[in-house]
Amino acid sequence: MALTGVSLIAFLVVHVGINACIWANDDGAMFNRAAHFMGATVVIRILEVGLFVGIILHIVQGLLLEFENRSKRSIGYQVPLGNRGSKWYSRSMGLLGTLILLFLIMHIYHFWTPSRLGGIGNIHELGTTTIDGKEYHDLYREMVIVFQSLAIVILYVLGCISLAYHLMHGFASAFRTLGLHNQRYYRIVKGVGNVFSIVVPFTFAMMPVSIYLGWIG
Amino acid sequence: MNLTLKVWKQKNKDTRGSFETFQVKGISSEMSFLEMFDVLNEQLIEEGKEPIAFDHDCREGICGMCSMYINGRPHGPWHGTTTCQLHMRAFKDGDTIVVEPWRANAFPVIKDLIVDRRAFDHIIQAGGFISVNTGNAVDGNAIPIEREKADQSFAAAACIGCGACVAACKNSSAMLFVSAKVSHLALLPQGAPEKKTRVMNMIAQMDKEGFGACTNTGACEAVCPKEISLENIARLNQEYLGSSFTSDKV
Repeated sequence: MALTGVSLIAFLVVHVGINACIWANDDGAMFNRAAHFMGATVVIRILEVGLFVGIILHIVQGLLLEFENRSKRSIGYQVPLGNRGSKWYSRSMGLLGTLILLFLIMHIYHFWTPSRLGGIGNIHELGTTTIDGKEYHDLYREMVIVFQSLAIVILYVLGCISLAYHLMHGFASAFRTLGLHNQRYYRIVKGVGNVFSIVVPFTFAMMPVSIYLGWIG
Repeated sequence: MNLTLKVWKQKNKDTRGSFETFQVKGISSEMSFLEMFDVLNEQLIEEGKEPIAFDHDCREGICGMCSMYINGRPHGPWHGTTTCQLHMRAFKDGDTIVVEPWRANAFPVIKDLIVDRRAFDHIIQAGGFISVNTGNAVDGNAIPIEREKADQSFAAAACIGCGACVAACKNSSAMLFVSAKVSHLALLPQGAPEKKTRVMNMIAQMDKEGFGACTNTGACEAVCPKEISLENIARLNQEYLGSSFTSDKV
């Protein structure tokens, strides 16, 4: 869980960095170039396979862990310990993970499938745009189209909230599992994790919100 | 003070238990929680009823026998306290107190509030010791030990093996207990020769006993009467990962 979790955290850094290019307010030119680089570079395409393997492993391990752990207490308590010993999100990683998975299915359908598999069979193909005389897939326009729907924007924001709480526990927990026991460094990791789990999902959430409210585009 | 007690009653491990309600009167706030149970049991015996079975021994917080889950918390509402050290001043006249046994499949209920905690003994037998050849007793101060390490080891050694960590954990994980026992010896030079096999064997036994896996929620640390730190779980993970890669055991 910890190793795959940390690699997925590393992916989030790249993802949020690339997507933040939409705020360059250049009608998506910078973002489309970055997205093209991600899609056209062989090394990154190989890493993408690793990313999918990582996500699937993380999901399978998570589900196994959740069901295995649930089977260890057949009779529950009349009065549960609740929040007096731990945070609700620490105890709800399975639920939060499932919400993120549902979000991911929608997210992949919206952007990854048309971007990578567009034109194959019935899969919707992305439009194109010309930047400095070169033709690029217009992923930016796709974002603008998708985020015209309030319902989708709300679902994206909810997905980001789930991610925030998932990271709030997962970030520091991964380091504990990997053996970080020095209290000083653990406090630093916990602090960095808390900031990361607020800043990154907030940045992601602001993307559909900015487009929907017409702040960019 | 007068209290209403809702206590788990179960004849033996093969029968299904249920909650029974009892009234206790004239309880002094100076009594310990277990003394309140003594009063209740005397009352039940006088009425010709069967007393409530519960574990207890030293009644001074060092043996790890008492194991009641009181109002949704192992060892009751006070922090860093065993059930025997919990006093009735923690409650008010007229309160209803729900008392349950530890709940974990690895700790089956034997009777009423008594659970079978032999799983912990098996984990200790798997590696929670150092092997010392016979001969003259060695001077305790002959091996220099860094002060900080000695303190950390002592803090881990304070674990009394009561099982509150398992009772509180949503996964019924015994990681805090195992980590305390591993840390206690791993931090000392005397524990070094068997360092790798110890952690591997104890973890294997922990899994075999049917405890869940740790997800670092921290509930164990919050309820531990000896305030064993989660830091020990991270140390256990480090010891385990290191040993998995470098141990000669196949």
